[in-house]
Amino acid sequence: MADPTRISLCNGRLLDPASGVDEELAVHIAGGRVAALGPPPAGFHAERTIDAGGLVVCPGLVDLCARLREPGGEHKASIASETRAAAAAGITTLCCPPDTSPVIDTPAVAQLITQTAERAGWARVVPAGALIRGLAGGQISEMVALKRAGCAVMSHADAPIPSTQVQRGAMEYASTFGLTLFLRPEDHYLRDQGCVHEGRVSTLLGLPGIPEAAETVALARDLALAEQTGARVHFRGLSCARSAAMLAGAQRRGLAVSADVSAHQLFLTEDDIGEFDSNCHLRPPVRTHADREALRAAVARGEIAAICSDHQPHEPDAKLAPFPATEPGISALETLLPLALALVAGGVLDLRTAIDRLTQGPAKILGLPLGRLEPGSIADICVFDPDERWVPSPATLVSHGHNTPFLGRELRGRVRLTLLGGRIVFEREPA
Amino acid sequence: MTGSAAQLDADGNLRHLLTLDGLSRALLTEILDRTEGFLSVARQAVKKVPLCRGKIVANLFFETSTRTRTTFELAAKRLSADVLNLNISTSATAKGETLLDTLRNLEAMHVDMFVVRHADSGAAHFIAAHADPHVAVINAGDGRHSHPTQGMLDMFTIRQHKGDFANLCVAIVGDVLHSRVARSELSALRTLGAGEVRIIAPRTLLPVHAEALGARVYHDLREGVRDADVVIMLRLQRERMRGALLPSEHEYFQLFGLTEERLATAKPDAIVMHPGPINRGVEMDSQVADGPRSVILEQVSNGIAVRMAVMSMCIGTQNLRSAGQADG
Repeated sequence: MADPTRISLCNGRLLDPASGVDEELAVHIAGGRVAALGPPPAGFHAERTIDAGGLVVCPGLVDLCARLREPGGEHKASIASETRAAAAAGITTLCCPPDTSPVIDTPAVAQLITQTAERAGWARVVPAGALIRGLAGGQISEMVALKRAGCAVMSHADAPIPSTQVQRGAMEYASTFGLTLFLRPEDHYLRDQGCVHEGRVSTLLGLPGIPEAAETVALARDLALAEQTGARVHFRGLSCARSAAMLAGAQRRGLAVSADVSAHQLFLTEDDIGEFDSNCHLRPPVRTHADREALRAAVARGEIAAICSDHQPHEPDAKLAPFPATEPGISALETLLPLALALVAGGVLDLRTAIDRLTQGPAKILGLPLGRLEPGSIADICVFDPDERWVPSPATLVSHGHNTPFLGRELRGRVRLTLLGGRIVFEREPA
Repeated sequence: MTGSAAQLDADGNLRHLLTLDGLSRALLTEILDRTEGFLSVARQAVKKVPLCRGKIVANLFFETSTRTRTTFELAAKRLSADVLNLNISTSATAKGETLLDTLRNLEAMHVDMFVVRHADSGAAHFIAAHADPHVAVINAGDGRHSHPTQGMLDMFTIRQHKGDFANLCVAIVGDVLHSRVARSELSALRTLGAGEVRIIAPRTLLPVHAEALGARVYHDLREGVRDADVVIMLRLQRERMRGALLPSEHEYFQLFGLTEERLATAKPDAIVMHPGPINRGVEMDSQVADGPRSVILEQVSNGIAVRMAVMSMCIGTQNLRSAGQADG
């Protein structure tokens, strides 16, 4: 049987931060788009009517940073496996960094990724193009060609930019064509061999530390170059209080800069490393309680406009080694929404703000007409039960990566239905 | 805190020795008391006791070491165990075998105890977490984290000379940042209730949260050793001289090298310790190293007895466990 193309979602709480709607309102979908809210349009006959009573209906989530491991890392995961996990997590759009192998520095690689994702059909994948060819050396990439091939933004992933002169050139070239740059501020000299926050825990465990200055020194440089070049810069994955303050200061001065934070940075601190828990080996590292509180406040105020997963699925062996020898990162797609909801339960954000940081906020940063639910919008929709409790485990996670410190911890909030362009890509019966 | 629950069994007996963090004062004292008993074995005509007869101890050294490996080997042999020495830095891992593969292979040979040295902090915890539950793991140094038997042999040497810890002032001089020895000593001194603990170094060789280690920080050697009962000098790795941590051996010795003259502010009966091997003319003057206050060679002899104490305690816990299983 063909997929239904006319669907009505009834009795749900429609929450669309972009338009400010938050009320019980039906959503009618036809031809991949939202046909109407409330009463159905004249002559509309739903092929399928779904009762969303007790559930929240919101735009499909937009995740600014998720590694899908393809091409080049297929022993960890694939575009198909991870976009399927995204669908189960209510995420309909993912931006993947360019540090694949080969690097996303040619239109061919960008198209390979988007076409593989389209064939799989679980989620939209928006590649970030490499700012510099091969993410190393001094040759800037063909940014305009990459943009035409579907790269919404240009990024340098986690690689160090070889010199400030190259960085300036890359930023000026990008700003000529109105391209957005994703930068993760990190001075790799100061990071050195560090694998945890340089602080109390690194002192006690004798683990090489990454000082706060590894981020703030780079952020200061990047802000100065953003001011000089006029480039539109988005800072990926801030980790400390001082960075949040520097960002807010730059925004007050009128700079076109935005930032996101990884969801786990809003929960974990250096203390979660416990006795060398390699699932808490992260880059940037989780830092102190004070850093976490400042990042939460910056999200609440909107200075940090997006919460992302920073999904990094690994094969089990990547985490089976002494802590410094393990690979950093968390498999995080499926905990993104529950962690954001935990901020609501904890009184940090109201539900509308939490959903804003997962939908409209990141969509604006990507410059894409997504993350909203109005008549005419693309029907990317997430329907979730805000109260259902569940426990991430190898059995419940869809991602190929089971590397998460939230394994075995009870979370609240679970996706029930995901629509991508009006098509049901995930559906789960209530527990 | 960072104490390891994994190293104790349900009854509080020592299963592994991974770190001194989290071990009780009573347990540390038990290790010291047992060490006392094993010291006499070295003076016997037949230097063996049968406590670990029939057991296999594998020395897994992923980092080269002569002294520590030798004293572990001697300790195991005096306990009548059979010893395998494996220098893995040059064999398996160079062929791409993972640490876990190496471990599984050795387990298949029915080894009872792993003595592990590794360049990564947390390596001993990792091995203990993934080893067969019947195997005991003793940390012989993991990265910058911990070197618990060295820490305990230093505590033993201090107790031999000074008795109670409560009134002692202990000064630790040198590269605390990179030192697993210092972390273990500081942990033991906290637990044993040392009166005052100081660390003396330039800021490039100190961890950022030195106060978390329970010590007062000094940057001046004379001030730092003033009225000290115990002065512990740390080994300075030659590689620290390159780059931005220190300008030169010469300047380091000028500022932080221990000489008879600089030791003059310490208590008259102060003892001087060093985990070895000493860089003479860098950490200390030969006059001090070979002088009357130096107890450096006693530390080496005590090292064997401490390792016998720890190994026999872990094997004893294993025996209790298998006896329990046989009963059940």
